Amino acid sequence: MIGALTALLGAENVLTAKEDLVPYSFDGTATFRELPVAVVFPRTTEEVARCVKICREHQTPIITRGSGTGLSGGTVPTPGAIVLCLVHMTKIVEIDPANLTLRAEPGAITADIDAAAAEHGLFYPPDPGSMKISTIGGNVAENSGGLRGLKYGVTRDYIMAVTVVLPDGEVATFGNACVKDVAGYSMKDVFIGSEGTLGIITQVLLKLLPRPEARRTMLATFSSMEAAAETVSAIIAARIIPCTLEFLDQMTIRCVEDYTKMGLPTDCAALLLMETDGHPAAVEDEANRMAAIARSHGAMEVTTAADEAESLKLASARRSAFASLARVRPTTILEDVTVPRSHLAEMVTFIAETAAKLELTVGTFGHMGDGNLHPTFLTDELDEEEMKRVHQALDLIVSKTLSLGGTITGEHGVGLAKKMWLRDQLGDASLNLMKKFKETIDPDCLLNPHKIFD
Amino acid sequence: MSLKKLDFSILQQCMHCGMCLPSCPTYDTTKRERNSPRGRIALMRAVATDEIPLSKSFADEMSFCLGCLACQSACPAAVDYATLFETSRAEIEATGVSVSAPRRLLRFLTLDLLFTRPRFLRVVGKLLRFYQVSGAENLVRKILPKRLRELERLTPRMAAQFSNDLIDPVESGDGSSKKVALLTGCVQDLVFSQVNRDTADVLLANSCEVHTPSVQPCCGSIHSHNGEPEMARENARRLLDLLPPQDFDAIISNAGGCGSHLRHFSKLLPNDPRAALWDAKVRDVHEFLAEIEVRSPDVAPFEEEKKVTYHDSCHLAHGQKVTLEPRQMIDLIPGIERVDLSESDWCCGSAGVYSLTQPEQSQLLLERKVGHIRTTGAEILLTANPGCVLQIQNGVPELKIMNPVSLLAQAYRNESKKL
Repeated sequence: MIGALTALLGAENVLTAKEDLVPYSFDGTATFRELPVAVVFPRTTEEVARCVKICREHQTPIITRGSGTGLSGGTVPTPGAIVLCLVHMTKIVEIDPANLTLRAEPGAITADIDAAAAEHGLFYPPDPGSMKISTIGGNVAENSGGLRGLKYGVTRDYIMAVTVVLPDGEVATFGNACVKDVAGYSMKDVFIGSEGTLGIITQVLLKLLPRPEARRTMLATFSSMEAAAETVSAIIAARIIPCTLEFLDQMTIRCVEDYTKMGLPTDCAALLLMETDGHPAAVEDEANRMAAIARSHGAMEVTTAADEAESLKLASARRSAFASLARVRPTTILEDVTVPRSHLAEMVTFIAETAAKLELTVGTFGHMGDGNLHPTFLTDELDEEEMKRVHQALDLIVSKTLSLGGTITGEHGVGLAKKMWLRDQLGDASLNLMKKFKETIDPDCLLNPHKIFD
Repeated sequence: MSLKKLDFSILQQCMHCGMCLPSCPTYDTTKRERNSPRGRIALMRAVATDEIPLSKSFADEMSFCLGCLACQSACPAAVDYATLFETSRAEIEATGVSVSAPRRLLRFLTLDLLFTRPRFLRVVGKLLRFYQVSGAENLVRKILPKRLRELERLTPRMAAQFSNDLIDPVESGDGSSKKVALLTGCVQDLVFSQVNRDTADVLLANSCEVHTPSVQPCCGSIHSHNGEPEMARENARRLLDLLPPQDFDAIISNAGGCGSHLRHFSKLLPNDPRAALWDAKVRDVHEFLAEIEVRSPDVAPFEEEKKVTYHDSCHLAHGQKVTLEPRQMIDLIPGIERVDLSESDWCCGSAGVYSLTQPEQSQLLLERKVGHIRTTGAEILLTANPGCVLQIQNGVPELKIMNPVSLLAQAYRNESKKL
């Protein structure tokens, strides 16, 4: 098999030495590690299709990978698998300002896509934390979210078409540049968020928006998490949909400040990062009302970013929250539970109480406007006893989430990290249909096996 | 020190989030994980846990790493990559996996012989100077084989006078209120001794009494980066003996690569009580001038207005986190328009001896840097590390390259002319 792959791609695009493979044995998720048997770098859809056919002949599982920044173990190899890495397929093929679309190869970097759109006065809103290095193919496969979900939605909302190499090596395109299209099942939606288990995305057609003319970023500090959560509820109740309502708890603020040294207030219990964008007059009005609501709900201080540069700095500080938390302890276990917004304050309190009860260190941050929380346990994977308590805490948090009508993952995917809870959320009928689906499309179970479910 | 003996939590600190990938010049070239910071840390961890042996392949990878430390600036998790990298290189040298006769000879000549004996280094520098100005150089260039001829061309031009010819051991102006030690470096001393003179002038003009011992040991940076911690320790001890830190308000370095190493003597000599005080007193000259509120010159350094741009030396920007101070200083100088250089803190490929050990990757980085410099349209490139100056000058021979301190010194000198 290695011979056939080498003949197809050339020796420089097939890695098999152990020193080359070790760095592909993990992604951005803690504690999961497994060596692949090889890593291959195809450069065209045709090459991807032929790789799939070769692997199929040898019944070798394929793990599709971009930059490997996933947070649920989605690109961690399974035993005996090859990693098919798409980082050389980075082209932004075309930008069509007449139809407001952008066509890109799967290895194109998310931030580069938005930058290319910006040159035409256009906007690609999804902005996952790792946007400076994450690939668009990975974003589609994971249906990534970001800081602007509240107003702009997630990756799914910007996918008009996907070209996919199917498990039998055939190439299919689902969707097109039409705003309306009801020809048959919406198959593209099946592949969005499929975590590499159904097909390999080799091209995407993205929807763009006009770039907002103005933006205003504000920081509000609170003496309690509950006050911050109530502020968020009040803003939404006031019929304002800001693009961003992010929060950080004190542990997270301290770590982020330690990294960025930008002068964040480290003595408050919670910090709310609020951003509104759009027409300058609307932005002005919304910003003023949001600041007033924050003050009337107990904000200690509300400050406004002086300019675009400071806004960007604040947003990128927030994006560094997860990795900044890793300063405290050797291992960082990140969760992604999401609850309906009305239960946010209750969930936040529950997380803090659970951590205290089990004597664990937790930093919580997340997308408060979306109800999407990232409780992050700071621990040491080598300490078995403490890891047991971490898993206990995770179980409790997941149960609570589900009892509130929430989901085990808002934007990171199930992968390996969350599959033990999937049945609890979906129930038998739903999960069995998913499995039937997988079996129909990938009967030999070659694409990213044992991810999402077994 | 070996990877196995190293505190394992330093390796665990990397949670492989991937935030370092876009900052890494070698990953950017190859898009292979082993050529990235988190990939290299994964390999170090695999060596520490016996998953892989300390192989030639591992050694090659550590040699391919520039050690530019851009990943340290990018890392939200505060991974101490410098320690991991230097420990790996030291272990590679100790186990001898990449030994070859020519490599051993080169290392002996440079690390053992030249860069531990400052007087001998100056003698070699004088001989080189004679070789370069006497015409012998032109003759030799005609007869050398191609590969050696290319290397020979990389030999820096020696200055006519070294730092001790230009600077007295103690100099002071009127009403000196601070006592500082000036480190003259090795390459800086032999090739850019005028930068040392300019540094002394700028310090004198800002009320400092400047102590510049005429013979100074190498700071040990080159030894530390190249896997010889024992030699680095020896050099550090000599510096501590020569310049006891309690005697000075600050110890000034004007070379990015040296300064980055000079700040970490307490890591090298944890049991020497002087080391921590030394670390606390070391300052890059721009940083120090910003702290003491450098005086703005009244006149311009040149008759006409000049457009300049600033290139961050890796070990000044990423190793010492000094990025704003040089820019602020440049902006104080009249008649100077500073334009931004894109990717100003992306390595130029100099990286110590990298241009010799990894010529291809070094050349790629140089071309990228030169492209950005040309785009600015600047007449003068300002940068504060001798390695960067040599590398970039090699890429653009016609470009004027100066240390920001020299620009300031020139402006001060013009003030006295005007009087």
